[in-house]
Amino acid sequence: MKPPEAAVGTESLPQGAIALCLEADVPFGEGRSVAMVDRRIGVFNTAAGFFAIDNDCPHQGGPLSDGILADACVTCPLHGWRIDLRDGTVKDQSETVRTYPLEVRDGTVWLLQVEAE
Amino acid sequence: MMYAKPKGLAVIGGGMAAQALIEAVRKHDSELPITLYCGEAHLPYDRVRLTELIEKGADVSDLRLRPDEWYEDNKIEFVVGERVSAVDTSTRSVTLGEETREFDSVCLATGSEALVPPIEGIDRDGVYLYRYPVDCEMIVEQAEPGARAAVIGGGLLGLEAAKALAALGCDVTVVHLMDRLMERQLDQPAADLLLAAMKEIDVEVLTERSTVEIMGDDHATGLRFADGETLDCDFVVMSVGISSRTDLAKEAGLTVERGVVVDDAMQTSAPGIYAVGECAQHNGIVYGIVAPIYDQCEVAARSIAGIDGESYGGSIPSAKLKVMGVDLVSVGDVASGETVTVSDPEAGIYRKLAVTDGKLTGAVLMGDTRGYELLLDKAKTGAEVINPLETLSKASEATAAELPDTAQVCNCNGVCKGEIVDAIRERGLTGTQEVVAVTRAGAGCGTCKSLVTELVQIETGGAGDEQAYLCPCRKLTGEDIANSIREHGAQSVSEVAECCGATRECGGCKPGIAYLVSEINDNRHREERHARYINDRVHANIQKDGTFSVVPRIYGGVTSPDELRRIADVADKYEVPMVKITGGQRIDLLGVKKENLPAIWEELGMPSGHAYAKAVRTVKTCVGENFCRFGLDDSIATGIELEHEWEGLYTPHKVKAAVSGCPRNCAEASTKDIGLIAVEGGWQVRIGGAAGASVREGDILVTVDTKAEAMRVSTTFLQHYRENAEYLERTYGYVERVGLDFVKEAVLNEESGEPERLRERFRIAKAAVVDPWLERNNPVHPKQFSELDSEPALAPAGPPVEALIEGGSA
Ligand code: SRM
Ligand SMILES: Cc1cc2nc3c(=O)[nH]c(=O)nc-3n(C[C@H](O)[C@H](O)[C@H](O)COP(=O)(O)OP(=O)(O)OC[C@H]3O[C@@H](n4cnc5c(N)ncnc54)[C@H](O)[C@@H]3O)c2cc1C
Ligand code: SF4
Ligand code: FES
Repeated sequence: MKPPEAAVGTESLPQGAIALCLEADVPFGEGRSVAMVDRRIGVFNTAAGFFAIDNDCPHQGGPLSDGILADACVTCPLHGWRIDLRDGTVKDQSETVRTYPLEVRDGTVWLLQVEAE
Repeated sequence: MMYAKPKGLAVIGGGMAAQALIEAVRKHDSELPITLYCGEAHLPYDRVRLTELIEKGADVSDLRLRPDEWYEDNKIEFVVGERVSAVDTSTRSVTLGEETREFDSVCLATGSEALVPPIEGIDRDGVYLYRYPVDCEMIVEQAEPGARAAVIGGGLLGLEAAKALAALGCDVTVVHLMDRLMERQLDQPAADLLLAAMKEIDVEVLTERSTVEIMGDDHATGLRFADGETLDCDFVVMSVGISSRTDLAKEAGLTVERGVVVDDAMQTSAPGIYAVGECAQHNGIVYGIVAPIYDQCEVAARSIAGIDGESYGGSIPSAKLKVMGVDLVSVGDVASGETVTVSDPEAGIYRKLAVTDGKLTGAVLMGDTRGYELLLDKAKTGAEVINPLETLSKASEATAAELPDTAQVCNCNGVCKGEIVDAIRERGLTGTQEVVAVTRAGAGCGTCKSLVTELVQIETGGAGDEQAYLCPCRKLTGEDIANSIREHGAQSVSEVAECCGATRECGGCKPGIAYLVSEINDNRHREERHARYINDRVHANIQKDGTFSVVPRIYGGVTSPDELRRIADVADKYEVPMVKITGGQRIDLLGVKKENLPAIWEELGMPSGHAYAKAVRTVKTCVGENFCRFGLDDSIATGIELEHEWEGLYTPHKVKAAVSGCPRNCAEASTKDIGLIAVEGGWQVRIGGAAGASVREGDILVTVDTKAEAMRVSTTFLQHYRENAEYLERTYGYVERVGLDFVKEAVLNEESGEPERLRERFRIAKAAVVDPWLERNNPVHPKQFSELDSEPALAPAGPPVEALIEGGSA
């Protein structure tokens, strides 16, 4: 994918930060996904801010970015597992979903770190 | 002369008995002045659920039987945190602190205290009783994971405390004096099974141990038994029994034995002075469980209100052990009479029945407690038992539907099946929680809740419960939310969220609220895609691998070579993995990538079939009079016309229809949400049919003379369903819930004007319908059909196609 142009204010972002998308690319209250290194990451625009987590549902791989959002959680569109976007915990399940630190600056959403598996 | 005002009733004690008495009195007399004296610092709470304070970290306020407002609404004056110091039986006056007040009647409900046995060291720190919230607070402080707890007493309460402590991670040992647990309720074989079950939940049990000393300096460190053996522990919970609190009664000069002696009207030895609950002794018996207390309160309330009725003849004690994973109930007495037993020790099942003089007098059910309510009812009514073994086995097969109305479902609050069923029917309840709130069944220990749910399901024909709350997080029903939409004139889901808080916690209710907002605003709402399920954001049905399916509308199941060709071309061009004839007389393209949707729609040039939405789906038809030798009318044309009339409308759940040309019914119209069947001389209109997860024959709404009339009635019903059903309630559930008569009145009574109004609102909603597939040229967001790293396959440019819906392709 081609990262969007990021002109301003990148100085204080940590080394290796990656511009994911423009803020406007993800409609409010929805998610969209993007391939990143070796996985797909879901990016969510919620009332509590932007979040990024692994896009594959730990249940059967449902696309979480197609789920329904509440203030800070997403419900998988396939069978309804509910994932907390803040810490990746899954309601009533022991699995967790990996979360990624984000920063939104001047209309651009930055992913602060991704380690390869 | 002074006008003598009524002095009313004083209730002394603020426990479950006091509360039940007040509620029973209020059923007969809404004006009688009532003063409630609560010795504890709280208004009445549910002592049966006390263990939640230990196990769930609950607060007493969570256990309150009624909120503050209830007392205000019911005009109950109350005093909390202070004890009545004297009662004068001649003037019926009550002294609290400095003040003495006269009443017309006084009811003692002073309950009991936990028994404190005279053991050496009983007053050491780290020795707790198990009766009041403050006991629980102290216990919780000690109950750290790994702490060693000794529970003295292997009765109902001791075992319950042991389980709660084990759940908190303590090392628990129950020390019991007798040779078996719960010896008053259980015989040896049942007690053996219970012992094994307690081991399973990591509770050790020592029987035949008489504790003679609690060892330690300041703080308890262990127990010493009569045989000299010892047990180390970090703290001790005492639960060896209760003793009625009778000091006040004694000082007043009432007759007191183990408890305050009452007659069959629940009156003590002094006229106008009554006693109920654990402080009362009737016919030599003091009851230590709540169900008999409710019986007593009913009688006492009638005596106080001066109403005739049955007197109190004693209760059959029954007990349920509230220990998760250990199913055990006992009814009456199994120690005497003729007994039969069914047991399967391997499976942990033991069921026993006792019969005296041909009547059921007791039962113990362990491991498999099915039929408990039925047996309890038989014991209470003194039902004759001819073949005890058969009675026992039949009871285990009894379903909620077979229980007699008199059967007590909720033992804690003494609620019978009849009361629950009446409440569901008369007040139109659809959810377990609502029933609990109204009848209080299930508000106690909660073990009967599944039975309450079953009754709701039976009464509502399966439509109940899931619909109970549209927003379970905020406990809001569809009706609550509809009201707040109307009140605030909300036009979007976000506005609803603002005014009632729904959608914010889990978001699960968003699609339901989106439907309500659109329906109430006649489709002229502000659409917000984030409130829609993914299917309704991209207008296709999501598949297990995240791709989508495309089902174009094929009106009445009738297509053309041209349409088929386009479908084939699209399938080729976009490498659609599967093309399938559906059960709904149309064609499904399965496995389509999200970004290809707009282009496929454009190239198909057919309107959406709404196969992904809670909306009008198909109108299936049979060939009918045009070709079929039995056809009585034109089913194809009728079906196509109906599908045009209704397409694009969203509904509480999907709506499928069919039109058959004769009663042979090849289009399966009798099992559709709406089904039209041509009959000799007219049309039959059926509603509420189903042949999916449930199978139900549609009810005949009406039989009319003409096709036009049949279509008009069908449309009227469709709109009625759109406005009245709960979200996700199919017509089969809806019709069964509200009843056919209700629907007929609303849909057929033209004189009332309502049918015409329904059709008017239908026309308004329909006028606002646009084919969602037109968003291919006009997406609501540039990335509606794409991910961050994909672009939508662009629909060939051109002017937006006019609403295909109007022109149609049939
Ligand atoms: C495609 C089709 C099966 C087929 O290959 O023939 C189908 C496919 C699905 N049905 Fe169906 N149903 C299909 C005809 C039926 C029929 C027969 C009919 O319509 O005459 C029924 C019984 C009639 C009825 O609806 O009562 C039927 C009863 C159900 C039910 C049970 C509904 C109920 O309350 O009883 C569900 C589950 C639900 O709706 O909650 C369901 C749900 C589904 C879903 C949407 C499940 C889902 O949410 O993913 C399936 C989508 C598969 C996919 O990936 O696209 N499908 N389904 C049929 C499409 C018909 C159409 O042209 O639109
Ligand atoms: C842990 C636990 C679990 C239980 N589980 C079950 C169960 O599963 N099933 C079941 O059926 N039963 C159960 N019980 C028993 C049930 O809780 C009691 O039978 C019932 O609560 C008794 O109610 P009561 O109002 O008669 O007495 P109490 O609850 O003792 O209430 C009496 C009240 O009167 C007050 N009072 C006393 N003297 C005065 C005075 N002079 N002035 C003002 N106030 C006064 C007291 O402070 C007290 O608040 C359980 C009990 C406990 C402790
Ligand atoms: S019957 Fe079940 S598996 Fe088959 S299409 Fe319908 S929902 Fe899917
Ligand atoms: S794949 Fe997510 S819930 Fe099943």
